Amino acid sequence: MSGPLLSLRGVSTYYGSVAALRGVDLDVGEGEIVTLIGANGAGKSTLMMTVFGAPRARSGTIAFAGQDITGLPTHRIARLGLAQSPEGRRVFPRMSVLENLQMGAALHDGRHLAQDLEKVCTLFPRLKERLGQRAGTMSGGEQQMLAIGRALMSRPRLLMLDEPSLGLAPLVVKQIFAAIAALNREEGMTIFLVEQNAYHALKLAHRGSVLVNGRITLSGPARALLDDPSIKAAYLEGGHAPVETVPGEA
Amino acid sequence: MDVFVQQLINGLTLGSIYGLIAIGYTMVFGIIGMVNFAHGDVFMVSTFIALILFLLLTAWLGISSVALAFLLVLVATMALTALWGFAVERIAYRPLRGSFRLAPLISAIGVSIFLSNFVQVAQGARNKPTPPMLEGGFTLFASDGYAVTLSYKQILIMAVTSVLLLGFWYLVQKTPFGRAQRACEQDRKMAALLGIDVDRTISLTFVLGAVLAAVAGLLYLLYYGVVSFSDGFVPGVKAFTAAVLGGIGSLPGAVIGGLIIGLIETFWSAYFSIEYKDVAAFSILAIVLIFMPSGLLGRAEVEKV
Ligand SMILES: Nc1ncnc2c1ncn2[C@@H]1O[C@H](COP(=O)(O)OP(=O)(O)O)[C@@H](O)[C@H]1O
Ligand SMILES: [Mg+2]
Repeated sequence: MSGPLLSLRGVSTYYGSVAALRGVDLDVGEGEIVTLIGANGAGKSTLMMTVFGAPRARSGTIAFAGQDITGLPTHRIARLGLAQSPEGRRVFPRMSVLENLQMGAALHDGRHLAQDLEKVCTLFPRLKERLGQRAGTMSGGEQQMLAIGRALMSRPRLLMLDEPSLGLAPLVVKQIFAAIAALNREEGMTIFLVEQNAYHALKLAHRGSVLVNGRITLSGPARALLDDPSIKAAYLEGGHAPVETVPGEA
Repeated sequence: MDVFVQQLINGLTLGSIYGLIAIGYTMVFGIIGMVNFAHGDVFMVSTFIALILFLLLTAWLGISSVALAFLLVLVATMALTALWGFAVERIAYRPLRGSFRLAPLISAIGVSIFLSNFVQVAQGARNKPTPPMLEGGFTLFASDGYAVTLSYKQILIMAVTSVLLLGFWYLVQKTPFGRAQRACEQDRKMAALLGIDVDRTISLTFVLGAVLAAVAGLLYLLYYGVVSFSDGFVPGVKAFTAAVLGGIGSLPGAVIGGLIIGLIETFWSAYFSIEYKDVAAFSILAIVLIFMPSGLLGRAEVEKV
């Protein structure tokens, strides 16, 4: 296949009459880690969910592996091989860790379940010790590992992660980013990573884009973005500089 | 003591039937956060389907084996009532999903009125008697003229209920469908992100509730030997009471609630007055809800009422 695995063209999404995404263009190529950074409320989670049709894009097109998925129901999109660890983790709190992982593999009817469980438990040994525990009683970091593990259980072609570092202790963040890097390096997993933690994300990714008020204002190789003075000012050093200072947003 | 044991048997029998209906209320509430007020009427429709099928099989086709007739009626009633449950969800609820909160509730009450009036018009308001079936039973013990009996019907009702509950527990706890069903209860959007067809899962939940109500309907018919169009209402309300009492959304709660309501009703009738048996059942509900607002086994954090 020649084109990108995931491609968005002119995608706009609204909540009621308020635009959350305004004409977003984005490509994720096979085998890449692409990151989307942006301040709180920029529309990053909206973009992740719009790819799955919930909420649905009001205009523009979204294609996965060359197929137009803009109008497909959410579950049909998931069955094409996209998996998401969403904002807030959304583990099933009253199910065990094992059942959560089984839910991740729901579309495979139990084929290669043991093998995939083994793989996820190797990546996140913490989960292995806790397979019988109710997911709702786990710590934030463990729930994040579970959310990622659950996404992996579907054997996705594209893994989408929404702020996996949010609210976690630095050591846990390190573990999770190491796991993401390993997935890409060892299995060639294509990863789309949404982060506020711009430094970590750009270190890890091949390419990055910056989202400001629902618009992509800057895209390029992650190395270049790391050195970009405007990014440094807004997302790396000050961390929370007002979005108006980012060039490209007139 | 004798009266006590006899009422215990009667109460558990009646409670089994309430429990089977209550599961349909509780499951649907769990998955879409709405009370399916038409569920009691789906139950009532199933008693009529069962009655008509019985008459067809025994009188017109001349099947004389009661066991065979019972089995055929059971399967056919389950199938037809499942179709009812499916149609109700498709026509009255699915189009309203995502609209304002009270819309499906109003729709549910509408369906309920439609179903009971439809049966009234189609079948007439008079009671429908059934041919006698499965008479007799065991006398457990007898003293000074009072015999404690356990009828074959009661044995059948409790046995069918137990087997069904076990099977149902297995389905919900151990199978992929049950897992998907529980996932939809906990986070519908996340379930969809994992490739679960949420609409289909909700449909199947209605169908399962209807199938259990159908079994309850057939057992009810067998037990009382008579049905009328308003019979959907009172057992329906009692089963709903059972579901709320046990903690709406909780499957074991529905069964326990059903048994408690059945026991209260029979004991009250035996020791106090039969006229006030329903008042007793509903008063207990009110009292429990004052002290345990989420019911006996309900989750404290249930927020979707
Ligand atoms: N369900 C919703 N209904 C209405 N507005 C929403 C909803 N979700 C997000 N928004 C709004 O859309 C914008 C983008 O939000 P979001 O995608 O969550 O941003 P981010 O993930 O970058 O923090 C924000 O202004 C937010 O308030
Ligand atoms: Mg977000």
